[in-house]
Amino acid sequence: MNDARRAGGSELLDVRIVRKAYAAATGQPLEVLRDIAFTLARGELGVLVGPSGCGKTTMLRIIAGIDVDYDGKVVAPERGRLAMVFQEPRLLPWRTVEDNVRLVAPSVSESALVTLFDVLELTQHRLHYPGELSLGLARRVAVARAFAVGPELLLLDEPFVSLDDALASKLRDELSVLVESRAVTTLLVTHDLDEAVRLADRLFLLSARPAQVLAEVPIRVPRGRRTATELSVAKAEVVGHLRGPLDPAIKA
Amino acid sequence: MLRLVSLGLLVIVWYIGSFFAGEQMLPAPMTVLNAILTEARSGELFFQLGVTLVRVLVAFTLAMTIGSAIGLLMGRVALVNQLGDSWLVVLLNLPALVIIVLAYLWGGLTEVAAILAVAINKLPTAIVTVREGARALDPALDEMAKVFAMPRLRTLRHIVIPQLAPYLAAAGRSGLSLVWKIVLIVELLGRPNGVGFEIGIAFQLFDVTRILAYALAFVVVILAIETLVVQPIERRASRWRLRTA
Repeated sequence: MNDARRAGGSELLDVRIVRKAYAAATGQPLEVLRDIAFTLARGELGVLVGPSGCGKTTMLRIIAGIDVDYDGKVVAPERGRLAMVFQEPRLLPWRTVEDNVRLVAPSVSESALVTLFDVLELTQHRLHYPGELSLGLARRVAVARAFAVGPELLLLDEPFVSLDDALASKLRDELSVLVESRAVTTLLVTHDLDEAVRLADRLFLLSARPAQVLAEVPIRVPRGRRTATELSVAKAEVVGHLRGPLDPAIKA
Repeated sequence: MLRLVSLGLLVIVWYIGSFFAGEQMLPAPMTVLNAILTEARSGELFFQLGVTLVRVLVAFTLAMTIGSAIGLLMGRVALVNQLGDSWLVVLLNLPALVIIVLAYLWGGLTEVAAILAVAINKLPTAIVTVREGARALDPALDEMAKVFAMPRLRTLRHIVIPQLAPYLAAAGRSGLSLVWKIVLIVELLGRPNGVGFEIGIAFQLFDVTRILAYALAFVVVILAIETLVVQPIERRASRWRLRTA
C-alpha cells in the first residue's frame, strides 16, 4: 500500500504525490499530477488554486482515500475522521435534509444539529427532501453534513461553483464562521482567486496539467479582518507568482 | 371509472361468447359466479386458495431474496458476473416444465420439491432485473458513503436498496404473476391440493365452469395483494419524489 493513513507530528496532512496518471481512452497514460508536496498544520485552512481541469479534484480524491492508484505517500486522518463536500451535493434524494445529515453522523447531538442548521439557515428545511431544495440550499446541506461528523480534516471541492456571486459570498462567510468556531483543518479547492485569498491561511498555486505546486503563499492577516486592500495585495502577490504562460482560466 | 367500463365490456363480451359457444364450452358469467359461491360456502374454495397462496408466497419470497442477492453481487462484482453469466443463461432458457419434472424426479412428490421448482423458475428473471439495477447504481453516492465511512449494512439499507427499489418492484410485479402460474402447474403435476390440483380434476371432468371459477377467484386474490400490499409499499418508497401539483 502506498498510503499510510496515520496522522503524526504537528502536521495533520502531509501530501507527497510523485505521480498520478490515468489511462486515457487512446491507451496512452495521461499524467494528471506530478511532484506534489505540501503539508497542512492542525487548524490551518489551505486553499489549492489552479485552472479548471488541472487535477485538483483528483488530488482531493487521493487525500480522501477514494483513489489509491498513485505513486507517493499521503498521511491524513483515517476515514471517519475526515469529511468531504463534493462539487455536487451528493445527497440521498430519498431522505430528508435532517436524515441526510444524521445518516453519516449518527452520534451528532440535537443541539449541535440545531446550531449547524441555524448557521447555514437550513432550520426551516429540516424535513424537506433534496428534490425540493435549490442548488444553493442543497450545497448547504452538504456542508452541514460534513461538519456534523466533527471531522479532523475537511475537504471542500469547489463547493460554491455555479452559485451566483451574492450567494457564494454569503456561503463563504458561513463557512468561515464554521471553520473558525471549530478549528477544523480544512483543504479547499477552487479556481476562483477571490475566494482563495478571502479564505486561505495558506494558498497553494497549481499549474495546468500535470499539476505541480508553483508557489505557496501564506496569508497572515486573520480571515475575519482582511480589508479590501489586503485582499488585493494578496491577490497581486499570487499573480506575481504566475510567471511564464499565465493561465487565463485563473480569474485574477 | 374507465376501468369499470372496460371491465363491464369484458363481461358483455363474455356473455356474447357464451351465447354462441354454448354453456358447455364457455359458461355464462352468472354460472361461474354461482359456482364460486357454492365452492365458497362449502369452504373448499378458501382451503384450496389458501394452500396455493402459501406456496406462491414461500416460493416468491425465496426467489426474490436469493435472486436479489445474486443479482446485486453480479451487478457489482465483475468476476462474479463472468462466473455466473453462463449459468444464468442456462437457467433462463430451461423450460419451466423441465425444472418441475426434474425437481419431482429428484426430490420426490414433496412440498419442498414443489416450492423449490417454482422458486428456481422465478430466480433467473429476478437476478437479471436486479443486476441491471445494480449496474445503474450511482458511483457518486458510493464514494460519499466511503468517504464518510458509513458501515456496510447502513450503506446497503439507505443508499443501495433505495436505488434498487424500482428494479425490485419490477421484479416483484412480474414475479408474482409468473410464480402463481407456475405454482398451478406444479400442483397439477404433483400435489394433492391447491387450485392447480382442482383445475386438473376439472380438466378430466371437462368442467369448464369449475376451471373458470377457481382461476377467477385466484385472480381476485392476486388483485387484492396488488392493491392492498404492493401499491402501498410503492407509494411509501417513492414519497420523496416530487409530485406534480
